[in-house]
Parts: sequence; C-alpha cells; structure tokens
Amino acid sequence: MTTMTDPPGQGFRLSQLIYDTRYRSLTIQVVAMIVLMLLFSWLVSNTIANLNALGKDFDFGFLGQPSGYDINQRLIEYDSQSTHLRAAVVGILNTLLVAFLGCVLATVLGVIAGVLRLSNNWLVSRLMAVYVEGFRNVPLLLWIVLIFALMTESTPAPSAFRGDDPASSMILDAVAITNRGVYIPAIHFAAPFFENGLYNWLVILVVLAIAIFAVKRVNHWAGVKQEATGVRPTTWYLNIGIIVLPIAILFVLMGAFLDLPALQGFNFGGGVHLRGSLIALWLALSLYTGAFIAEIVRGGILAISKGQSEAAFALGLRPSTTMNLVILPQALRVIIPPLISQFLNLTKNSSLAIAVGYMDARSTLGGITINQTGRELEGMLLLGLFYLVLSLVISGVMNVYNNSVKLKER
Amino acid sequence: MKNTVILGALTVAGLAAGAASAATLDDVKARGTLNCGVSTGLTGFSAPDANGVWQGFDVAVCRAVAAAVLGDPMAVDFTPTTGQTRFTALASGEIDVLARNTTWTFSRDNDLKFEFIGVNYYDGQGFMIPKSLGVSSAKELDGATVCIQTGTTTELNLADFFRVNNINYEPVPIETNAEAQQQYLANACDVYTTDASGLAATRASFETPGDHVILPEIISKEPLGPLVRHGDSEWGDIVRWTLNALIAAEEYGVTSANIEELSASAGDNPEINRLLGTEGELGAMIGLENDWAKNAIMANGNYGEIFEKTIGENTPIGLSRGLNAQWTEGGLLYSPPFR
Repeated sequence: MTTMTDPPGQGFRLSQLIYDTRYRSLTIQVVAMIVLMLLFSWLVSNTIANLNALGKDFDFGFLGQPSGYDINQRLIEYDSQSTHLRAAVVGILNTLLVAFLGCVLATVLGVIAGVLRLSNNWLVSRLMAVYVEGFRNVPLLLWIVLIFALMTESTPAPSAFRGDDPASSMILDAVAITNRGVYIPAIHFAAPFFENGLYNWLVILVVLAIAIFAVKRVNHWAGVKQEATGVRPTTWYLNIGIIVLPIAILFVLMGAFLDLPALQGFNFGGGVHLRGSLIALWLALSLYTGAFIAEIVRGGILAISKGQSEAAFALGLRPSTTMNLVILPQALRVIIPPLISQFLNLTKNSSLAIAVGYMDARSTLGGITINQTGRELEGMLLLGLFYLVLSLVISGVMNVYNNSVKLKER
Repeated sequence: MKNTVILGALTVAGLAAGAASAATLDDVKARGTLNCGVSTGLTGFSAPDANGVWQGFDVAVCRAVAAAVLGDPMAVDFTPTTGQTRFTALASGEIDVLARNTTWTFSRDNDLKFEFIGVNYYDGQGFMIPKSLGVSSAKELDGATVCIQTGTTTELNLADFFRVNNINYEPVPIETNAEAQQQYLANACDVYTTDASGLAATRASFETPGDHVILPEIISKEPLGPLVRHGDSEWGDIVRWTLNALIAAEEYGVTSANIEELSASAGDNPEINRLLGTEGELGAMIGLENDWAKNAIMANGNYGEIFEKTIGENTPIGLSRGLNAQWTEGGLLYSPPFR
C-alpha cells in the first residue's frame, strides 16, 4: 500500500551489497576474486620462501647442460653428450609417437567394437560387451603392466634364436618376436641421392598425395558420367594403378631394399626395433581408450532415429552401405565432441609410460633430468606446459574437424 | 562454508610449511619417531623381514640414530623410496634422513642441496651377467641390453663407460631393484648394472646364484652414505656422529656384548669413556643425553657387528670387508676422535 509513496532511495547502504540482488552477484564475484588472488599469491610466496629455505634458485639454465644419460628409443640424433633440452625433445617426440599411434588404433578398435556391439548376432555383440566392460572398468596401469609382463615373460629371448637348431625361429625370416620387442624389416634406399635422410619419405609422401588427388578426380569423373548416363564406369583398376604404379617406380628409382633383422651379438640388428615398452604402452592405451570410444560410437549410432535406416532399407540399400552412407555420417556429429576428450585422455595417459620404462617426456624431462639436476619446479612446469599445449593443439585440430562435419545451420 | 574450507586448508598448509622449516631435532623429539627413507627393498641393505620389520645395513643406521635421539631403536618410520623419489622425499621434509645406498657426489651435495654426513659403505659400479653368455669382461658387452635403475649415478657412469670404450648398448630404464631383478631373470636384458654390493645382494636372492657372474670391472667410485637436508647443521651433526660412533666403537673394541660393562663406570681408556658418556659432556654438545652413543651402539652393535649380521661373509650376500675395513686393518673407515 505504501509502496507508491516510498521515498525514492535513501542512499547506498552497505547491507545492500548482500541483500540487494542488483549488487549481490557483483559482491560474490569480487570476494571470490580476492580469495583466489590471495590463494595464488600465497602459493607463489610459499614457493619462494621454500626455495630460499632450501637455498635454491629458479633457473632454466640446466636445459643447456649435457644430460649425461642415454635414451634407448630416439627419433632424432641424441647421445649422452647432448643437452637436457635435446633429451626433453627426444622424450616429447616419443610421447607424440605413442599418442599418435594410440589415437589411430583406438579409433579403429573403438569404431569396430561400437558398431559390432549393436550387431544382431548375439555372440558378436556379447563379445564386444565383454571387451568394452573389461577394459573400461580395470585401471589402465594394470593393463599396461599386464601386457608388458606378457611380452617379457612369454616371448623368447633373442638367444633362443641362436644355434643350428634354435628353440624359436623368425616368422618368414623377416619378423622376430622377442621379449625385448618385435623386430620388423625396414625399408632403406640405396640410390646415391636417397641413401640417408628423412626427405626420401617426404618425396614418397608428396607423390602419394598427388596420386590420391588423381584418384579423387577419377572418382569425380565417374560420378559425372554416372549422373549423365546412369552407368558408373568401373574405376577400381584405374585407381589402384594410379596409386601403386608411381610409388613402385619411385621405389625402384630410389633403390629401395628391405633391411631384414638378423642376430648380431646379444641382440637382433638391422630392421626396425619396436621395443616391448612401446608396444605394451601402445596396445594398452589403444585397447583401454578404444573401449570408451566404442561406447561413444554406439551412443552416436543409437542417437540416429530408426527411421533413417528403415528409409535406407526401403530404398534397397544394403546394411553395410546404410551404415557407411547414412548412419555414420550423421552419427559423427554426436561422436566427434566426446571423441576429442578421449584423444586428450589417451595423450595424457601416455605419461604412465614410466611403468614400463618407455622414455617419454615424463621419463626424460620429468624423470631423469629432474633427478640429475634437482630442478623439480622448473622441470614440472615445463612438463605441465608441454601437456597443456599438446592438449590444446589436439582439441583445436579436432574442433576444426568437428566444425566441418557438424550440422550446418544456414 | 566455502570460505571456511579454504581458510582451513590455508591453515593446515601454513602449519605444514612452518613445520618443515623448524629444527629437525625438535620435530623428531616432538613426533617421537624418526622418519627414515630407505630403498624399496634390497636384501641385506634395507628390506622387511618375515614379520614386516625392516632389517639391513642401511636400516641399522636409522635405528642407531633413533636410539641416539629418542633412546628407542624401534621408533623409526621407514619410507620406501625409489631412485627417483628419494631426493624429493628428503627435500620436502617427508623424511628426516635418507639411508638408501645413495652415492655421495659433488652435484648432489651442492646442487641438490643435501648434506652427506659420511660414508657407510665404499662401493663401485659393477655388471652382473648370466654365466651362459660366456662374457668375461665388460668391454665385450657391445650391443648388449642393459638394465639400469633410472635416476641413479649408475645411469651416468654407464653412459660414460660405454662412450669412452666406444661400444654400443641398449639401456632399459627400471624403477626399482625388484623390477630389475624380474626383467633380468626373464632375460629381457642381458646385463644388470648397479653398485657391486647391490649386485651381490640381488644375486643372493636368486634361486641359482651360481648361474650368474659379476664381471671384474668396477667402473666407478660409489661412496654410499646417509644424507640430510642442507640448512640444519645441528641435525646433520647428530647423524654424522652417530655413524662415527658406530665406526669408532668397532675401532675401540666396544661391542654389544661388552658395552653394558664398559659403560657402567669410567674405565682406563679415555676415548671409550668419552664415547660412552662416562666421562665428559659430549652428549650435551649436540643436544642429546650423555648416553646417546651407548644407545646407538646398543641398537645393533658396532659397525663391524652390523656388517657381519647384514651383508658380511657369513650371510647369503657374502660381501668381504675390503675397503670397508677399519683404517687400522687396511680399509678406509676412519672416525675422527671423540674429544
């Protein structure tokens, strides 16, 4: 009743900060900000005080010192006289390698298992359910250790391949599975210009890209022809020729030959050595993350209304074509976003490498380097920064892909 | 509510930070136990026995310090550490003393900011290899796969040794001695390298120790000793002189058998009298009771007795005294005088 006659405002009272909805949110934000900053400044001052108490400083100069330790798996030139920085780079490359291999295999496994789990075949769908639930519900570390233990305990040592009547023999004389890893043939080039260096693979990659582009043109031409005449010309032999022929010619020109692994002294020499630690980590990461991806894929497929597949069947499409052309392209929109976080998980989980002695960034920069130099704070900050940047890059790339497949709203 | 939690967390964290910087001796006395870092299990040096009680050569140092400070050799909390976690554990104040066959080096002493209080075992790095491989010298190891404990000096020595001799190897980094043993026995590596004492201890735990040989080359000096943090010299002195007391006791013939008799009253030997506190006030000088050294020695006996009991020639590990004999017997053990 009196509202109409209330005097307009009695000036600002302090209690308004809490009881007036106009100011309340602002007050809470300011207080939270102050608390956050206090917490942060306390962390910093605590760090400084403790560093002082220990007589330590904050200095990244150690990165320029010789590391003094060896690393078994190195994708770039490195020895014990190289710097800690280079050791860190070697570790980072190893992390990238296992993360890349892991993401690829996990996606393949996940998509297959996710689709098969929806199969009408009782046995197949139950098998996939066992795989998914088994891997999803047991800690990753156990899988890594288990696969590594299986590899070291159940496979023969290189010495078992020795002698006139060896206990073990190589598969096709080309692949040796030992408890130190798997040795596979390597492709080397003998022609003068291509003897060493990475650029020979670069040349092959470029030729392959051109060939794939040509295949796309051929398919486009076939499509146009189909539109015009209703008959699709047979293109598969043309496509295979376009891809295989130039590569084959290139290999001959570059003098490619197979470098087969062979026993040399204590170990196999030659070929490519896939270490047990890499394989164990790679398989465990892929199988574990693949189980999660399977569920994401299954969820994505179930999200597509049943009418879509019924319509496709009504048009006479076969189940495989329906899945490839109708269901999966739509399901991708649902699948991609959670898939990104699975890729990030896999990448970060690769830091469990230390369990099997795989020399990733955590083991070199975050392990031995820290231990030998005593620069825990600097090393851990760098390591955290690396994983942060890597994760942001992965999610950035995947977001670009997501934008390209998501529903276009025009 | 949220603020209360944050304030609570701040208080706890502040207290923890404050505690770490106070004098270690007071902390230990207030706590009533000594926090001691040991290895995750190396037979003879530090490993729990069948009853879960830690036993061994390094463990004995911890027990002696606990006896000297608290009067009770069993008042020790043992923290198993790996090659990688040990220094962080000590630097962060989680443990008061690290007795984990750790090599005294310049950079650990100065760069990592630790204080090595002496040497309780003079060692060197060696190689162990199955006899069946027929290798008799480390220089024949070209191309071999070598298991090493990561985060140790052995890792650096190994890199140097192979580089200087211009031979290749494949390092397999391992976290703990137990893992290394498993990998080595599974033949996943040809060679296992660590301190020669560690190799002897590891070999002793094999089913058939005779199938493995330790190569003659010792490629480095590894003076192993207990260490404490920089910045608390009083605490460092206590640990240092406890170790010295064990060594001096052997030199003067003070054993766990005769220590009661010798410490009952002042005898003829003034050194023994001062050591056992029947003469002088040495204990007060380092802030302990006057019978501190007597307690330390009574915990496990003198240095020689500890050695014989844990890693000596009559144990499965079977190490001879060698460099670790008293200076009077051609070894390197030499305690400064107690006066």
